[in-house]
Amino acid sequence: MRVISTHFGDPLQRRLGTYVERGGYEALKKAFSMGPDEVVETVKASGLRGRGGAGFPTGVKWSFMPKEATKPHYLLCNADESEPGTFKDRELMRWDPHQLIEGCLIAAYAIRAKHAYIYCRGEFFETNQVVARAVEDAYEKGYAGEDIFGSGNDIAVTVHQGAGAYICGEETGLMNSLEGRRGEPRVKPPFPAAVGVFGMPSTINNVETLAAVPHIVNNGEEWYRQWGTESSPGTKLFCVSGHINKPGNYELPLGFPLSELIDDVCGGIRNGNGLKAVIPGGSSVAILNSEEARRCRLDYEGCIDVGTMLGCASVIVMDDTTDIVKQVRRMVDFYAHESCGQCTPCREGSAWAAQIMKRIEIGEGTVEDLDTLMEVTEQMVGTTICVLSDSVAPPVQSSIQKFRADYLALISEQESAGAT
Amino acid sequence: MPEMVTLTIDGTEVKVPKGTTILEAAKQVGKVIPHYCYHPGMSSPAMCRMCLVDVEGAPKPQASCVTTVMENQVVDTESSASVANRRGVLEFYLVNHPLDCPICDMSGECDLQDFVHAEGRDHGRSVEPKRVFGRDDFGGDVLFYGDRCVMCTRCVRFMSEVEQDERLTVVERGNRSVIDTFFEKGLDGTEWHGNIVDICPVGALVSKEFLHKTRAWDLDHTPSICASCSQGCNIELHTAENLVQRVKPRENLEVNAWWMCDYGRHDYEWINHGQRIEAPLVRDATGSSRTTGWKDALTSLLEGASGLNGTSVQIVVSARGSNEDLAALTKLQDVMGGGDKVFRVSQADEESALPGFPTLARRKDLGPNVGGAELLGISRVGESDGTGGLEAVKDHDGIIIVLGDNLEDQDETFGANAGLYVYLGTHECAATKAAHLVLPVTTFAEQEGTFTNHEGRIQRFWPALQPPGMARPAWLILGAVLAELSEGVAPRSAAEAFMNLAEAVPALRGLTYEGMGLSGSVSETAQHASLD
Repeated sequence: MRVISTHFGDPLQRRLGTYVERGGYEALKKAFSMGPDEVVETVKASGLRGRGGAGFPTGVKWSFMPKEATKPHYLLCNADESEPGTFKDRELMRWDPHQLIEGCLIAAYAIRAKHAYIYCRGEFFETNQVVARAVEDAYEKGYAGEDIFGSGNDIAVTVHQGAGAYICGEETGLMNSLEGRRGEPRVKPPFPAAVGVFGMPSTINNVETLAAVPHIVNNGEEWYRQWGTESSPGTKLFCVSGHINKPGNYELPLGFPLSELIDDVCGGIRNGNGLKAVIPGGSSVAILNSEEARRCRLDYEGCIDVGTMLGCASVIVMDDTTDIVKQVRRMVDFYAHESCGQCTPCREGSAWAAQIMKRIEIGEGTVEDLDTLMEVTEQMVGTTICVLSDSVAPPVQSSIQKFRADYLALISEQESAGAT
Repeated sequence: MPEMVTLTIDGTEVKVPKGTTILEAAKQVGKVIPHYCYHPGMSSPAMCRMCLVDVEGAPKPQASCVTTVMENQVVDTESSASVANRRGVLEFYLVNHPLDCPICDMSGECDLQDFVHAEGRDHGRSVEPKRVFGRDDFGGDVLFYGDRCVMCTRCVRFMSEVEQDERLTVVERGNRSVIDTFFEKGLDGTEWHGNIVDICPVGALVSKEFLHKTRAWDLDHTPSICASCSQGCNIELHTAENLVQRVKPRENLEVNAWWMCDYGRHDYEWINHGQRIEAPLVRDATGSSRTTGWKDALTSLLEGASGLNGTSVQIVVSARGSNEDLAALTKLQDVMGGGDKVFRVSQADEESALPGFPTLARRKDLGPNVGGAELLGISRVGESDGTGGLEAVKDHDGIIIVLGDNLEDQDETFGANAGLYVYLGTHECAATKAAHLVLPVTTFAEQEGTFTNHEGRIQRFWPALQPPGMARPAWLILGAVLAELSEGVAPRSAAEAFMNLAEAVPALRGLTYEGMGLSGSVSETAQHASLD
């Protein structure tokens, strides 16, 4: 079952002509006839939740925008996909760029914005080119720009290529970056719907969220709700990587069992190995051990039930040959490298945690280091401007709690070496 | 009247205007919430995360520097979460801080040192090697010790928001981020960069001039007024061993806020200058001179004057003289028969305002009491470099009294024709050769008194140094002479001298010495002028 990934693998879909032949831009026309408020209501009723990681209801977010556009409004598409383990937005953009552009146009129309920015990750060279080309085509045929389809609606679309910083995927960091400033998250409040990019009311949505919008507008909220659960409706792309036989992007209804995803959809674990751990939502969420993974359902609530988060559904599967300490050390290194450096706990804490992890990995750790790690990462939760800092705690803490033996093995090796 | 909000901070109810931050509101109940990045004169990035406090109903601690007060809010700055957060942030700072307090200029007045002592852990848990940036010359008077930096970005924000000349920035990110200049441009040529040393909460930015000069705890702090222009910036003189070691701005939102210019900041060596006149000097008709005591000197003065009844008295004063000094001299002049009153002052080519606080500027008049001199009817003469204009005085054959003007442009013939030439000053020069009396007076740093700034604000200063030898304040010397001549009572304190002045000058009526306090009062005429 595919909604947004129907045309993955078909290069023809990138062409505007093909996209239109296959029913493209009909949703935009329909949206124009519905009026902005009805579009918002439809998306609200569909239960679509933000696919960037937080899972905030999209229609509700749109409804925060002022009803009268006394100032320019902006729609921002967050295409700065950079969570380790995630590769869904890139695929959505390179196979089906017009689906995203149409989603952006509908969303912009719904929030009364006349300008949509697609902030694309710097490293996505090919993707950038594909999307930029598609935007050019859309302009040429009058699907974007001034007076779209003669409807009187003006919506400009600009593709902006980032410079490759994880923090620019944080919504306000992205805004600063788009304005030409350092990519540093802003203090909230004010929230983007009041003061966003260029100081104007703005809404920011993930690529996957916006890609689903044309389908919801075309087919209605009930159609979308046929998949998923009551509180997590619809389908979701799962980026499965790691020690499985068939890694890749899989579009599945939310609420899909994780064990079925691994065993059936992805063809099981490589070499028939046992399952050691799964990270279900990208590097920022808690690691599951095999027992938890077996009973995890892949929707927002199901993940919370087993003590983790769905995040952006980047499923990283690790078999029983995996060195958990090394994996977590690499994640912490990533955060230390990507911290913008504003907030003290994140700037100092992430680098410090990375130093401790490195020491443990090379066999120079102590048992006290584990307590220090737990406390240091705890001190980084809820104390900073954005949640990059908070993201260090789940992998570190969950791995120490669930795979303590792995850590202790490295520590005791050192201790016994010291004894001889 | 702004709308008021009532809230409770640490159990104490407080009423503050709507829009006030929790951090500012807490100050009103005497609670300073520890912070680094926040400074009242600049925007708040809320990035140091020290000032997080518990707000009832909020899911997590709030940054008190950007969270504004709400009606019936209950704030706890000492909750276990707030204290744990501060303890945690302080430990994070020390992960890479070099703890080189023994050789750091900031030691003793450092916010990191103070807060760690107050609330930090006894022992840090970090055993990792520390990150090393080393030292960098930022140009101007500023040296940067990157390892001590807590990345509060106050300096970056001062340059971009207050001086509005972006010379500093943050480069790199994460814990590699560091303050830097733009290539080799640095701070050279900026006129207010000394302030970034003041606002640096730690020893990351230090003054080259003050580098390793004295320990902070050996300095005495005396409230004073900058004597370098007519703005009247409120300052503190930091002294040790009877020398001014450095000058720091003192907060006064009406005058200079938290800032002062580099020109005024570094213009203090003249106060320490040696070779002072230390004892009264009396020169007789034969040209031979003798140093003597005050009683003898004043007797000589009165004797010299008594033979000259009816001649005019020409006075030359300096714009560095206090209101009390100048008033004592003008009154004495009136009693002795009256005459011309002049002062000279150097001028800068142009005013140089601080863009982010434009009512503060290095004014054109490079003297602190031009306002006071003009209020007392003393006229400005001479060139803009503070020379010339004394042709009429120079050859005057009556009485000449010079107070404070160093007469450096004049030669030995100055006052040679005078019946009586009295020089009250700090240093001898060619033009004092003909003086019948050379009387040592104190500088503003050695006496109490007031200056009147460019907008008519009268501000007090306090003695920071011991005067050399027998030097005395001019108001005391001249007051004693006046008392003899008019059979009055000489003022015994600067307060009394000011009281005499306030009674005599209509514009100052109603002002009291005590009432001026630390931040000064605006005279009536100035208030009227601003109302017109």
